[in-house]
Amino acid sequence: MLDKLIAGPPSRRQYIAYGLMVGVLLVLPLFLSDFRLALVGKYLAFAVAAVGLDLLWGYAGVLSLGHAVFFSLGAYSMAMHMKLQSEALPDFMVWSGLEQLPWFWEPFRHFAFALPMAVVIPAVFAIIIGYPTFRSGIRGVYFSILTQAMALAMSILFIGQQPYTGGTNGMTNFQSLAGISLYKSGMRLGLYLATVVTLVGVVALALWLVKTRTGTVLMAIRDGENRLRFLGYNPVRYKLATFALSAGIAGLAGALFVPQVGIISPSSMSILPSVEMAIWVAVGGRGTIVGAAAGAVVVNWAKTVFSESLPEAWLYVFGGLFIGVVLLFPRGLAGIADQLRALWRTLPGRPAHAPQPQQRAPEPARSPAADGSRNHASLALPVVEPVAATAERES
Amino acid sequence: MRFPRALLKALLITGFALLLPFAAFAGGEGEEGDVIKVGVLHSLSGTMSISEVAVKDATILAINEINAAGGLLGKQIVPIIEDGASDWPTFAEKARKLIERDEVEVVFGCWTSASRKAVLPVFEGLDHLLFYPVQYEGLEASKNIIYTGAAPNQQIMPAVSWLLQEKGKNFFLLGSDYVFPRTANKIIKIQLEAEGGNTVAEEYTPLGHTEYATVITKIKAAAPDVIFNTLNGDSNVAFFKQLKAAGIGPDDIPVMSVSVAEEEIKGIGAENIAGHLAAWNYFQSMDSPKNAGFVERYKAAYGDNRVTDDPIEAGYFGVYLWAEAVVKAGTADTAEVRMALRGVEYEAPEGMVKIDPVNNHTWKIVQIGAANAEGQFDILWSTGEPVRPDPFPALISPDEDVIEPGVMGPRS
Repeated sequence: MLDKLIAGPPSRRQYIAYGLMVGVLLVLPLFLSDFRLALVGKYLAFAVAAVGLDLLWGYAGVLSLGHAVFFSLGAYSMAMHMKLQSEALPDFMVWSGLEQLPWFWEPFRHFAFALPMAVVIPAVFAIIIGYPTFRSGIRGVYFSILTQAMALAMSILFIGQQPYTGGTNGMTNFQSLAGISLYKSGMRLGLYLATVVTLVGVVALALWLVKTRTGTVLMAIRDGENRLRFLGYNPVRYKLATFALSAGIAGLAGALFVPQVGIISPSSMSILPSVEMAIWVAVGGRGTIVGAAAGAVVVNWAKTVFSESLPEAWLYVFGGLFIGVVLLFPRGLAGIADQLRALWRTLPGRPAHAPQPQQRAPEPARSPAADGSRNHASLALPVVEPVAATAERES
Repeated sequence: MRFPRALLKALLITGFALLLPFAAFAGGEGEEGDVIKVGVLHSLSGTMSISEVAVKDATILAINEINAAGGLLGKQIVPIIEDGASDWPTFAEKARKLIERDEVEVVFGCWTSASRKAVLPVFEGLDHLLFYPVQYEGLEASKNIIYTGAAPNQQIMPAVSWLLQEKGKNFFLLGSDYVFPRTANKIIKIQLEAEGGNTVAEEYTPLGHTEYATVITKIKAAAPDVIFNTLNGDSNVAFFKQLKAAGIGPDDIPVMSVSVAEEEIKGIGAENIAGHLAAWNYFQSMDSPKNAGFVERYKAAYGDNRVTDDPIEAGYFGVYLWAEAVVKAGTADTAEVRMALRGVEYEAPEGMVKIDPVNNHTWKIVQIGAANAEGQFDILWSTGEPVRPDPFPALISPDEDVIEPGVMGPRS
């Protein structure tokens, strides 16, 4: 049922709301201490990754439970760069008995290499994993289990290769990035603003993408892959491309994460953080892009708040909240406003008229001619179903 | 009965809305006034919590004792506890929070080398002060960290020398795969070479590994005189049980452990480890009035079934060393306390301990014990007096040594 709960492309009013959110993010540095600003920067880096995962899960219906691997691959690329900026031979290589820098570390000296690699390596890795799996028709929960196994395997690999990856400790104690000291005043602000800009860019890209024909095909894959196949589409290509894009975005998020947090270790790439990423998207609202980003910020902010105020019991409170949100708000934060509106209408004393459709009607299908020779316009109809019907059945 | 779903949702939203602001301010700036704030940063959740909660308890016990005796400079000490959650980035974040937001004067915390490495840039970047209570691999001497656990020459190296004398020349090295065992074994191998021993094999298993049949087969094949064990955490439980099941007892091949203390024996089971060896600076079985009082107070505070051990004791006396320095400096100000800490002494449960003025490590007594059937250690050997800490043993750092806190220079 969840699969039908999707929002269409945003309306004008939503764009105004987005503009306001960006405005808030831009003025936040005026009110926050450096420490809090770095925390918000971390949440926003997570939000970037959540947007990528939402494209894959919320639109193409492919749930990856190994996304922390892609995130960490990006983070490690940037960490390698920063490590080489700080020390000629990284400390963990010294104590692991390595006397020379391994050849594959060498190019990471250059920021101009490390930054693109933070996107390219995860994307290529996603293609390597995704191609055989999608091609052999592995879908749904089996794909999720597979990605989870990948997360476990990768974290064990990174722990085991201490001379090359820093092992369990991971990499920390960075001094500078692209030749600029991390402790220089303004550096934190710069990193924060870079994260905001990236987030806005990634959200815009995602919102645009889901409005294109490709976006429609993705939703069709989610809602009826076989039907799409009969229409002459090859879902493998679309899924693979989305998986790679989503992994690349996660890598970019990782590259923004590591200079602000100052450490990356294999604990950030295992199953638990991967599942957490899916939780951000679920809490924010699948298939809503902005909701997913908000979910990442809210969940991580709540994590900070609860762990600071209830250090001995925060995990229980946090876990309880998750269960509550998932049980009661299946459409996540993005759906709460709609649900509240529906609730208001059901209050006693109010005229019991039929609920208005809470989502505006689906966009009229574009004319077949505009879409080229393939006739897929009819796809738009089963895909973008008004939410009202579902919400009604539920209450 | 059908509970109205809408009502439930409304309740949850209200609850959430009320809870968040409460939680946001609950830990806030509330405790102002004439107090000294200190941070306590250990894993209270996750895999490391089994060890770290006990150390946190000891730190809190010491703080409570000082407060009960009238506080410090006439002020009460207020501990602010944070959960590192066995996750290194979380340690770094919480350390920064304690220093920047709570403005604590000092932080007591960390267990694994990974967590210490994660917070080190925070403490150095903000020029603050951390008391680290666990033995470790050495090769570090930050001016912002006071190391109250053993340096390599206060645990690993004397244990190797003792084994060479008492048990034989052929060593089998077994450890978890991370920085402490790797570095420890690097030191051991060089030491064995220098002192006429042999490394017959070196094996590493991932943290949390529980299947030791292959390793035990290798041990049987290599037939060493002694196994030097740097396994950490749960792996020890599996290893000792499987070793016993394979018919290898302490009389056949003794195991010398450096990460198994009284607390860990509770998990391993005294019957599985009885007769095997451990090297530490403190054992609960130490016979002194100071220790008897400490054990009694710890049990009174946390339960009769609790035990004390080396990191617990280090977590405890660290607070007192800091308090001595605060009294000496006449202020709790971090920078001044750090100066005052140089050379400060305290009569700890293990005996006299002293902060080395050059390398910020602690002068400690070194002892070797054999586990007994009660889960305690019978002490076999002791240096009798505190040993000078040497985080950079000449064997592996022939050219460089610490010349003053945080500064490396040519070895004199």
